[in-house]
Amino acid sequence: MARVVVDVMLKPEILDPQGRAVQGALGRLGLTGVADVRQGKQFVITLDGAMDADRAAVLERLAGELLSNPVIEDFTLTVQEDS
Amino acid sequence: MSIDTVGNAERNPDQPQPFAELGLKPDEYQRIRDILGRRPTSSELAMYSVMWSEHCSYKSSKVHLRQFGDKKPETDTLLVGIGENAGVVDIGAGWAVTFKVESHNHPSFVEPYQGAATGVGGIVRDILSMGARPLAVMDPLRFGPADAADTKRVLPGIVAGVGGYGNCLGLPNIGGEIVFDESYAGNPLVNALCVGAMRHEDIHLASAKGVGNLVVLYGARTGGDGIGGVSVLASETFDADGPAKRPSVQVGDPFMEKLLIEATLEVLHAGLVEGIQDLGGAGISCATSELASNGEGGMHVWLDRVLLRDPTLSPEEILMSESQERMCAIVEPAKIDDFLALCKKWEVEAVVIGEVNASGRLTVEWHGEEIVNVPPRTVAHEGPVYERPYHRPEWMDALQADAPTADRITRPVTGAQLQETLLDLIASPNLASKAWVTSQYDRYVLGNTVLAQPEDSGMVRIDEETGLGVAISTDCNGRFAKLDPYTGAQLALAESYRNVSATGAVPLAVTNCLNFGSPEDPEVMWQFSEAVRGLADGCLQLGIPVTGGNVSFYNQTGDTPILPTPVVGVLGVIDDVDRRTPIAWGPDGELIYVLGDTRDEFGGSEWAHRKGHLGGMPPLVDLDRERLLSEVLVAGSRDGMLTAAHDVSDGGIAMTLVEMALRSGVGARMWLPDDADPFVYLFAESAGRAIVVIPRSEEMRFTEMCAARGLPAFRVGVVDSGLGADAGFDAATQVLQFGDLFTVHIEEVRALHESVLPALFG
Repeated sequence: MARVVVDVMLKPEILDPQGRAVQGALGRLGLTGVADVRQGKQFVITLDGAMDADRAAVLERLAGELLSNPVIEDFTLTVQEDS
Repeated sequence: MSIDTVGNAERNPDQPQPFAELGLKPDEYQRIRDILGRRPTSSELAMYSVMWSEHCSYKSSKVHLRQFGDKKPETDTLLVGIGENAGVVDIGAGWAVTFKVESHNHPSFVEPYQGAATGVGGIVRDILSMGARPLAVMDPLRFGPADAADTKRVLPGIVAGVGGYGNCLGLPNIGGEIVFDESYAGNPLVNALCVGAMRHEDIHLASAKGVGNLVVLYGARTGGDGIGGVSVLASETFDADGPAKRPSVQVGDPFMEKLLIEATLEVLHAGLVEGIQDLGGAGISCATSELASNGEGGMHVWLDRVLLRDPTLSPEEILMSESQERMCAIVEPAKIDDFLALCKKWEVEAVVIGEVNASGRLTVEWHGEEIVNVPPRTVAHEGPVYERPYHRPEWMDALQADAPTADRITRPVTGAQLQETLLDLIASPNLASKAWVTSQYDRYVLGNTVLAQPEDSGMVRIDEETGLGVAISTDCNGRFAKLDPYTGAQLALAESYRNVSATGAVPLAVTNCLNFGSPEDPEVMWQFSEAVRGLADGCLQLGIPVTGGNVSFYNQTGDTPILPTPVVGVLGVIDDVDRRTPIAWGPDGELIYVLGDTRDEFGGSEWAHRKGHLGGMPPLVDLDRERLLSEVLVAGSRDGMLTAAHDVSDGGIAMTLVEMALRSGVGARMWLPDDADPFVYLFAESAGRAIVVIPRSEEMRFTEMCAARGLPAFRVGVVDSGLGADAGFDAATQVLQFGDLFTVHIEEVRALHESVLPALFG
C-alpha cells in the first residue's frame, strides 16, 4: 500500500480571504501577535499496491489538473510507502 | 535589492531596459526618453508601460471614440460625461444614476472564477468612485459552442464567479446575456455592468485638488497579485494551445469590497473627501497619475508607506500591482483624523501615502530616494494615439451575397415542419431558458428588484417613496455585426432601446463594451470603426447620449477574431415602477398585437445559425421607427393600456410568443395574416417590432393611438386557457395554437426549454 499526500496552498502572492478571516478570529479569541494565516487543503490518497513510475506520473499530472488550480495554487506531493 | 533612482537614471543613461518585454514599442520607449529628457527609471518604465497599454490608454480606439462626444445629441440629462470613471445621468427628483459596462475577458479565460469575480468587483468600484451607492449588476457573457469542452471548463467557473462575488457583496444581478458562438471558443467574453444611484450633490470626481491635501490609500493591502494582470493580459492574444502561459491573476474578496463600499459612502457623505478614484488596472500608477493630472497637476508619493501583504515587493511591483478592493482619496489635512477614524470603524486599513502639490510633477519616493519624477499628464492622458490602418475586408461582398434564401437553405412549410423548427429553436442553447445560470445569482437582494431575467430589462426601484426606478438592458447580436458592423451596432442599440421601452421606461442613456479582435488587423479595425460610427450615429438619431464604456481588443484565437461584439447597454427611467410592463400576459380574452413590420429577414438569425449558416444582410434598421415604437410602448404603459409587452428579436414572433406563454402559464390562440408566408411571419428577426397584450376594454384607445402615430399594429391572437381539449389534451392543458398550422403544449415546451443548460452544465 502506498499513501500519497498532496498539499495544496494558494501561491504566496495570491490573496487568501479565508486565511485573513481566520487571522482576525484568532486575534479576537485571544491569540495576540498573529502575523499571517494561510489556509490550504490536503488530500490523502491510498493506493492498492505499490507506487510505480506510471502512477507517479499520472498523480503528478492530476495534482495539477484536478486537485489544484495551478493558476493560483501550488501543490507538493509526497509518497509514503507502507511496508 | 538595488533601487533604480532618478539620479541613477541620469548617471547611467545607456543602461539597457526591458521595454519590449513590458509591451512598449521602440518609438514609444523613445518618446518616454524625450518626455523625461533622460532614460526612465525602472519604476517610471513600469508606470508608462502599463498606462500606455491598449487597455489603459485606448491608443487604437481613441480617434474613433471621439465620435461619441462629437455626435452627442442635445440633452440636459447628462450630468457627467465620458472620461470620468462612469457617466452620470439625471433621472429627476434630485436623483442621479451612474452606470457602466466593462470587459474582463482575458482574465476570465485564464482563471474563470476569479476572473469573472474580479470583473464584477472592478465595475462596482467604478460606480462607487462617482459617489453612488451600487444598486445592481448585470453580466453579458459569451462562450464557444455549448457542447465544446472548453465551454464546459469556463462557463461554470465564470457563472460561479459572477454569482459568488455579487451574492457575497449583496448586489442583485438583474440581467445580462448568455450567447454561444463558435468564434468565442478560445476567447469567452465576460462583460460586467453596474448601476448605482446618488443624490445630485453627492457626485464626486477623480481629481486631486487643493495644494497640501493628502493622498490616502485605503482598502485591502497591496500584494503581488495581478502584477501587470489587466494591462499585460488584456493586450495579449491567446494562441491555439490555450492557457499554457499562466500569468498571476487577482483574487477578490467581496466581503472586503462590501466594507469598502460602506466606508467610502460614509466618508463621502460626511464631506471628508475632495477627490476619489478606484484602483483597477495599473493600480497605484493609474490612480496617482490620473488624480494628479485632473487636479492641481502635482503630487508627491511616499511609496514605502503603502501597506503590503508581501513585504518583499519591489517598488516597481507595488506601482503595478492590481490587488483588488483598494481606493484612493484626496483628503484635507484638517479632516484626515475623521477620515481615518471612519475607515477604522469599518475595519478598512488606510494610510496617507502622498500629498498634492503644484509642482506639475508626479514624484515618488522610496525610503528617501526619488524613483519617479514625471509630468503626470504624460502618463495618464497623453499616451500614444494610433491611427491604425483599416479597410473593408474583401470577403465582405461574398459574405453579404450569401443570404439564407429558400433555394440556399430548405425552409419549413408544413405545420409539422414549422412545429419542428420552433421546438429546435426552443431547445437551442442560445434561446433556451437561462434559469440554470440566473438562479445562481441573487436577483432580489436589497428588495428593490422589480424585474429581472427573463424579462426584457432588469428594473430596480430607486426611490421607495415615489417608486422612481431605472430599467437596463444589454444586447448585441455579433452575427449581425459581422454581416455589417455599422448596422449591427445600430441593431444592438435598437434592441436594447426597445427592451427598455417594452418595460415602460423612457430610454435615457447608453453605455457600451466594444469587444473586438486585434486592432493591428486592418479588417478588425474596419469592423471597429464601422461599429463605433454606427453606434454614434444611432445615439444621435435616438437622442440618447453615450455616457461611457470600455473597449476590449485582442479577442481572438490565433489569427481568428471573435465576431465583432459591440455590447450596448441602454438605461431608461420610469417614474413609478408599479406601472412596469412585464412579459407575461393576463387572463382569457386579452388581445395580442404585433407592432411593426415583418420582412423576410434571416441573415444572422438564430434559425440560420442553427443551420450552420452565416451570410446575407442583417435586418434593416429604422431608428425613427424604433423611436415611434418606444413612444407607443411607454405611452401604453403610462396610460394603463398594456398588460404585457415583449420585444421581438431572436427566434422571431413564434419564440416571443412562447416566452410570453411560458412566463404566464396561460395558453393563447394566434392567427397569421392571410397573405403571410408562415415561416417568414413566425421566425424572421426583423427589427422594430414588439408584441403587446391589451385588455379588450383598451383595444379601441390603443389602436387609435397607433393609427394616429403611424405605427402598424396587427391583431394576431387572443389569450385563451380553454384550448387543451381541441388540441387533443385534457381540458386543463394550456397550449399555444399557431393558426391551423400546429399547436404546442406549454408545459412540455417548458420542460424542453429549461432542460437544455442543466443537461450541458448541470
